[in-house]
Amino acid sequence: MAKDSLYKYVLALGDDALILGQRLSQWAYRAPFLEEDIALSNISLDMFGRANLLLEYAATLKGNGITADDLAFKRNERQFTNRILFERPNGNFADTMVRQFFLDAFYKLFLQKLTGSKDEQLSAIAQKSIKETAYHFRHSSKWVIRLGVGTAESHTKVQSAIDNLWMFTNELFEMNEIDNEMLQQKIGVDCSSLKQEWIKIIDEVLAEATLKRPENIHMTTGGREGIHTEHLGHLLSDMQYLQRAYPDAKW
Amino acid sequence: MSEKKIPAWEVFIQPKTGASFQHAGNVHATDKEMALQNARELYTRRQEGTCIWVVKTENIVSSSPEDQASFFDPADDKVYRYPAFFKVSKKAKGL
Repeated sequence: MAKDSLYKYVLALGDDALILGQRLSQWAYRAPFLEEDIALSNISLDMFGRANLLLEYAATLKGNGITADDLAFKRNERQFTNRILFERPNGNFADTMVRQFFLDAFYKLFLQKLTGSKDEQLSAIAQKSIKETAYHFRHSSKWVIRLGVGTAESHTKVQSAIDNLWMFTNELFEMNEIDNEMLQQKIGVDCSSLKQEWIKIIDEVLAEATLKRPENIHMTTGGREGIHTEHLGHLLSDMQYLQRAYPDAKW
Repeated sequence: MSEKKIPAWEVFIQPKTGASFQHAGNVHATDKEMALQNARELYTRRQEGTCIWVVKTENIVSSSPEDQASFFDPADDKVYRYPAFFKVSKKAKGL
């Protein structure tokens, strides 16, 4: 059913943004210095804003009085369809910046295509998000360069962050049944076509940062099918605690 | 990264095109780009400006409190330096 596919497509995009927003919020009052703390919190809020728009839309598509809050707080791990890279733990500052850099570069390309979606809601959400992402990319890519050419220690840490996260990057360009159906209807984006351009962006920044792109690494996947790493459950238990302990609590 | 080692920068915001830049505050940053980004995060999140200047605090030369008398007090008894004796035309706008 077309409407159900659109719901799942929008929900998956909403899950990506929600989980990344929650991850970034975990830096609040823990970042290396005050200004960076505020920067990460602001980016986190941008992601929550994006998640809110997408989950609100998903909720209207679903109907039956379902709300965006229900979708965020009352689904379990296996029902979340965010891609795995979005849920990876913050690790050290370099780990977070590399994750963000990979995702910002992806979002830049993805949102640009999504603005051309036949679905007016998705197109509008993409247009709103694309400016934020341009800024996020500037922030994360400059940090990757700064860490790469910084000290021997920062170089080692950012290189190992790249090596450790690389295995989750291929999932960004995978297309499942729903993606293909949405693409056919000119609603969705052909993610597989974005990979070459993405690699080009990554290579340019890594070259300036004197860092290496890993090769021949086994790629992992499964997020879109609800198969996650062990870290998502912990994130959800924290994020959903209040609604689980006090259902429908309002304040 | 210890905060003590990160240089301070002064931030100036231009509220709208053509207006003078105004001092907004300061930020910590290790380089120009970071200073601009941090200034943007701290001072322009609510559309306060159209342009940002950042300048390393150490590059700003300031008069010192001891200079106050010699720098500023002589103006006290020179009323003719004020334009208060001119009548402002009603047609002149934006003064």
